[in-house]
Amino acid sequence: MTATVEPEVGKSRLRKEDPRLLTGRTRWTDNLALPGLLHMAILRSPMAHARITSIDTSAAKEMPGVLTVLTGADLADEQGSLPCAWPITADMKAPNAPSVAVDKVNFAGEAVALVVARSAYEAADALEGIDVDYDELPVVLDMAAAIADGADLVHDDLGTNSSATWIFDSGEAGSGGDVEQAISGAEVLIERTYRQQRLIPAFMEPRSVVVDPTGEQFTMWSATQIPHILRLMLAMTLSVPEHKVRVIAPDVGGGFGGKLQVTPEEILTFLAARRLGKPVKYTESRSESLLSGHHGRDQIQKLTLSARRDGTVTGLKVELLADMGAYLRLVTPGVPILGAFMFNAIYKFPAYRFVCTNVFTNKTPTDAYRGAGRPEATYAIERLMDELAAELGVDPMAIREKNWIKHDEFPFTTVAGLTYDSGNYEAATAKAKELFGYDALRTEQRERRERGDSVQLGIGISTFTEMCGLAPSRVLGSLSYGAGGWEHAAIRMLPTGKVEVVTGSSPHGQGHETAWSQIVADQLGVPFEDVEVLHGDTQSSHKGMDTYGSRSLTVGAMAVVQAADKVKAKAAKVAAHMLEAGEDDVEFAAGAFRVRGAGAQAKSVSIQDISLAVFAAHDLPDGMEPNLDSEATFDPQNFSFPHGTHLCATEVDTETGRVTIRSYVCVDDIGKVVNPLIVEGQVHGGLVQGIAQALFEEAVHDESGTLTTGTLADYLVPSAADLPSFTTDRTESPSTTNVLGVKGVGEAGTIASTPAVVNAIVDAVRHFGVSDIQMPCTPMRVWQAIRTGRSDAGGLGGEAGGGLGSIDTSGGAQ
Amino acid sequence: MRITVTVDGTKYTDDVEPRQLLVHYLRERLGKVGTVVGCDTSNCGACTVHLDGHSVKSCSILAVQADGCEVTTIEGLARDGRLHPVQQAFHDNHALQCGFCTPGMIMQSIDLLADNPDPDEKAVREGLEGNLCRCTGYQNIVRAVRDAAGHMKGGAGPEAEQVTGASQPVGGGN
Repeated sequence: MTATVEPEVGKSRLRKEDPRLLTGRTRWTDNLALPGLLHMAILRSPMAHARITSIDTSAAKEMPGVLTVLTGADLADEQGSLPCAWPITADMKAPNAPSVAVDKVNFAGEAVALVVARSAYEAADALEGIDVDYDELPVVLDMAAAIADGADLVHDDLGTNSSATWIFDSGEAGSGGDVEQAISGAEVLIERTYRQQRLIPAFMEPRSVVVDPTGEQFTMWSATQIPHILRLMLAMTLSVPEHKVRVIAPDVGGGFGGKLQVTPEEILTFLAARRLGKPVKYTESRSESLLSGHHGRDQIQKLTLSARRDGTVTGLKVELLADMGAYLRLVTPGVPILGAFMFNAIYKFPAYRFVCTNVFTNKTPTDAYRGAGRPEATYAIERLMDELAAELGVDPMAIREKNWIKHDEFPFTTVAGLTYDSGNYEAATAKAKELFGYDALRTEQRERRERGDSVQLGIGISTFTEMCGLAPSRVLGSLSYGAGGWEHAAIRMLPTGKVEVVTGSSPHGQGHETAWSQIVADQLGVPFEDVEVLHGDTQSSHKGMDTYGSRSLTVGAMAVVQAADKVKAKAAKVAAHMLEAGEDDVEFAAGAFRVRGAGAQAKSVSIQDISLAVFAAHDLPDGMEPNLDSEATFDPQNFSFPHGTHLCATEVDTETGRVTIRSYVCVDDIGKVVNPLIVEGQVHGGLVQGIAQALFEEAVHDESGTLTTGTLADYLVPSAADLPSFTTDRTESPSTTNVLGVKGVGEAGTIASTPAVVNAIVDAVRHFGVSDIQMPCTPMRVWQAIRTGRSDAGGLGGEAGGGLGSIDTSGGAQ
Repeated sequence: MRITVTVDGTKYTDDVEPRQLLVHYLRERLGKVGTVVGCDTSNCGACTVHLDGHSVKSCSILAVQADGCEVTTIEGLARDGRLHPVQQAFHDNHALQCGFCTPGMIMQSIDLLADNPDPDEKAVREGLEGNLCRCTGYQNIVRAVRDAAGHMKGGAGPEAEQVTGASQPVGGGN
């Protein structure tokens, strides 16, 4: 091995994870079979709001193969309350959150009873034998109505449907001026109300959980993003000692925030297994997943932007209503707050105010979904910048350029109080415009408009940034979050020189095993193939904060790098001893130590030689512990601020309302890249989830609170046939807050793409008097907007995105 | 009911409940857990296998309907330690992330290539319409299928998949 070996970081390594996944050698939780395994099924409420007056389980208990049937009354004393780790204000109202309803249900899909049987089929059969009587209560569905005086209440004991109101004001914080002053003196005022529809994460692997109570520890396998947090929360919720619980996240099939949760099903499976003393499995059906797994987004955004006539922005006021659904799950209240720092985006607003009221309704609880707060903020500001440009009659890119932070102004502290470390909006935009053919498309748009083409062309821009890499613990503390934002890693040097990397990050499709191997290969100078990455089991990876918020690389991998530094520091002592040199006289390069300045031909000792020598421990420096293994816990100093310029061209058929994406170009700046192949995949997938919000997806409840989009025929996760190919490229402004210079990428595509698409659609039909179309921009809504020129095309288009659930257009979709 | 099914080259005779879905028979009776269940309305395609060489969603047919048939699952594609060309192309083109949709996506892709050995992008996208992926945005899946087409001289299809009494490599090799 020589010092000129090509670095692993930056290579498009094919993934280590693939061979098992490609051949079906998988360990999804539902694949697990244990001796004596029992199966649980859950009876769910068809009512959105009702008192349970009686439950008769006697017939179910008599059915073949049934071991037990349990209700909320049976489990009331032991189930505790599902945890919410983010009390955003001191006076936040939080209801008791049972895993199985005891006397009242608050959303359709809430568990009311469970069956444990020999087989999954027998458990499902026995649900038919449970008889529940409900006394219906008025349902609360509309957020604005929910907080009006005299509204019916979701939770009587709270006395209100308003959970909390959270405020950031730049005048009060000292990070900017008074927004009311900016508004009252505005030359131009843009006032809009946008709707962030309710979405469903819709990971491909339905959630599954197995609990084995037969060992000294309870072992829970779960399709979760957060095995470490789950273990802690099980201990705190169920009063089971933490050291008696082991949680394993085996292969996990996607999460997107949807598996960042401590679920009722995990608690109930645990309780059932504990009662029966036998292993129990629960695997949800897709319908259960869509109905009862947490939803995302669902905000009403009232926005006021003030500007001067020359296009300079002077103030931004954001007033949100955020739908919590019926309960506060793990981080439900904090999701909209994560957007509070991002509405000002890349623009130099001198004054800013953000007020968010969290509202209870009789719907499925909301919580994190890819982007969590930042897509909502980015959508709002990027739509507003287009509206400002339209108001002033200037090109929407020009208005952005006028207001964004210039390349030479970094690091830049924003009106929301964050310090963006690096970025180059000019460079990303220039590259994107060139790849897109921006000027030519504008010319074509003008021509088609002039000749009255029935298919109009629109161009949408999104010059986004976001904050990720959650998170500096002190910042989380200031936001009243219940935990820190650090991550842990350990490196174990095996006697043969192979390396085990233990990470607290918990991948579910991201490719951490490959990326971490590349990083460690460079750090320790070992072959990529010699690195094994261990994760997702609290027994082997005992400490961690898991994977969400695009944090794994910028926080988790930094812990790995720090652990590698400690390994090298220990190895240097041994190397110096073996080379008969002083510790300060040896240097490490390409996997070996040499006497400094002795040249490449000088005697060297490799990290593998040292690993074996330390294992033997026959001749170590005096007083040295025979161990190279090291661990580190990394707490980031700042968030990570990826950015990019996304450009979307849509063709809108003005006769049918059909929207076709003709081209989509994005140039993202995520700093240094570990694996370009993995990054490109993250961007593609992210783009599609954002595009799906713009065009296809919406969770719809009817007037009784029933979810009408409870299957994949109704909730329109797009297929390959619904989508174009994308042109992706990158610019590179290394992060200055971590040694690898990396930024997060997992959520960027989703955050950026939604406004790019909607801006393009509105741009295509603005000359019909259209200034907004509510998402998802279905053909019916687009057609309606063109016909009426209405600025708010809800009404007739207030249906789901065209799935089977949208047949009843007279329904009171909420 | 008693059924006899050949799955990935092994013959099985079992008594099954008439209502048992093929996917549950494969997973729970035969331990073929490489084939997965992603939905309950046959929208997602994660459970796709081949029945006598043609793709079917194994959540949408009963085990008894497979009586006398040959079933190929994702676990039966690789031969002699070599990946099927479509599996290899999925690896080479980073066409999977979490991997949950991958078994169904690959089985459907092979069927697609049997019908059309040289599909353009549109044909691939339409041919995979019944298989959902939430991770990749499909772009690399489309690339992988077209890449695989270039490597599959013999094409895919029922004949190439018959394993009982034949030693023909799946998909013609590359």
